[in-house]
Amino acid sequence: MRFDSLLDSLGRTPLVGLPRLSPSPEVRLWAKLEDRNPTGSVKDRPAFWMIAKAEKEGLLAPGRTILEPTSGNTGISLAMVAKLRGYDIVCVMPENTSAERRQLLEMWGARIISSPAAGGSNEAVRVAKRLAAENPDWVMLYQYGNEANARAHYETTGPELLDDLPTITHFVAGLGTTGTLMGVGRYLREQVPGVSIVAAEPRYGELVYGLRNIDEGFVPELYDESVLTTRYSVTSADALRRTRELLAQEGIFAGISTGCALHAALGMANKAVKAGERADIAFIVADGGWKYLSTGAYGGTLEEAEERLEGQLWA
Amino acid sequence: MAIEVRIPTILRNYTDGAKAVEGGGATLDELIADLETRHPGLRDRLVDEKGLRRFVNVYLNDEDVRFLGGLGTKVSDGDTVTVLPAVAGG
Repeated sequence: MRFDSLLDSLGRTPLVGLPRLSPSPEVRLWAKLEDRNPTGSVKDRPAFWMIAKAEKEGLLAPGRTILEPTSGNTGISLAMVAKLRGYDIVCVMPENTSAERRQLLEMWGARIISSPAAGGSNEAVRVAKRLAAENPDWVMLYQYGNEANARAHYETTGPELLDDLPTITHFVAGLGTTGTLMGVGRYLREQVPGVSIVAAEPRYGELVYGLRNIDEGFVPELYDESVLTTRYSVTSADALRRTRELLAQEGIFAGISTGCALHAALGMANKAVKAGERADIAFIVADGGWKYLSTGAYGGTLEEAEERLEGQLWA
Repeated sequence: MAIEVRIPTILRNYTDGAKAVEGGGATLDELIADLETRHPGLRDRLVDEKGLRRFVNVYLNDEDVRFLGGLGTKVSDGDTVTVLPAVAGG
């Protein structure tokens, strides 16, 4: 495959079967390898689409500064596109994210402003909104409310999945900004009657949920409950266990949020087996494991790894 | 009467600091009403006149109750209910 530039190579990622983890020939699991994107994560899609939209609307021109609250991958993708297009970028990132993410952001030229660990991404959003008010010339793309985030998946990820797997019955992805689930979910619902759209939400350690009033929680503006069939909360322990199983049984070295999605996908697979129904269950491998090596997720016992991950934002 | 309910840090002032409490009932609504008898004030933090509060997520055995029947979700002995504040990702 030949492309004119790195950005032109975005998307068209492989969908690979999981013959060992699939419970039967009638109930099959499929992994969409989004780590095969230019910066190694699914976030390259929304980053490219959000910047393209802002350019089209005249919000961005070379020399302008992009601002974004991000726990890592979106910032890395935006920083790469910004570098190529001549923008500066400021990322507000919770301090409890992996060292690799910071290094990658800095490599692509982003300036990082840390937000407090307690409260996780909610705090990053709060700090970014304050900075946006203080710096009116900065452009906050705001992945949580930018329709181009979901549209990237509606226009690309969704059609790719259906092309490769016309018999799809379930789509499973991690729930963060909700962009992947909203975009792919809407597309598949239009094309595949009865398809199930399943969210796998990371359940972190207590620190991440913060100590603020419960009324100050956060639901992304993009989120539309009616697109989902159901939503699971997946513990760090389950996500870690599945991440390791995916590596050991299928050879796929993925980040921890992939284990979270796989856990929910296997839950769906078991339900289908019990009900005696056929199923083709596709889930998103959001990124590879490289950025999480320093978290200790892949070494020692599961209990040790879980302990090391306590308080970390791993998705 | 043995449904375990896990309480997030910010609501433990209603449970004397306990991370988990136990209660009973046939539905989530009944379970929360039962908890209220021993942990007064808790119900108001979880539920408003429209149902579950917007920034409160409740999971029955890890599945979001909003997709199971909301406050009318059936619960039974041995279930685990987890309450969490809504957080961002990405």
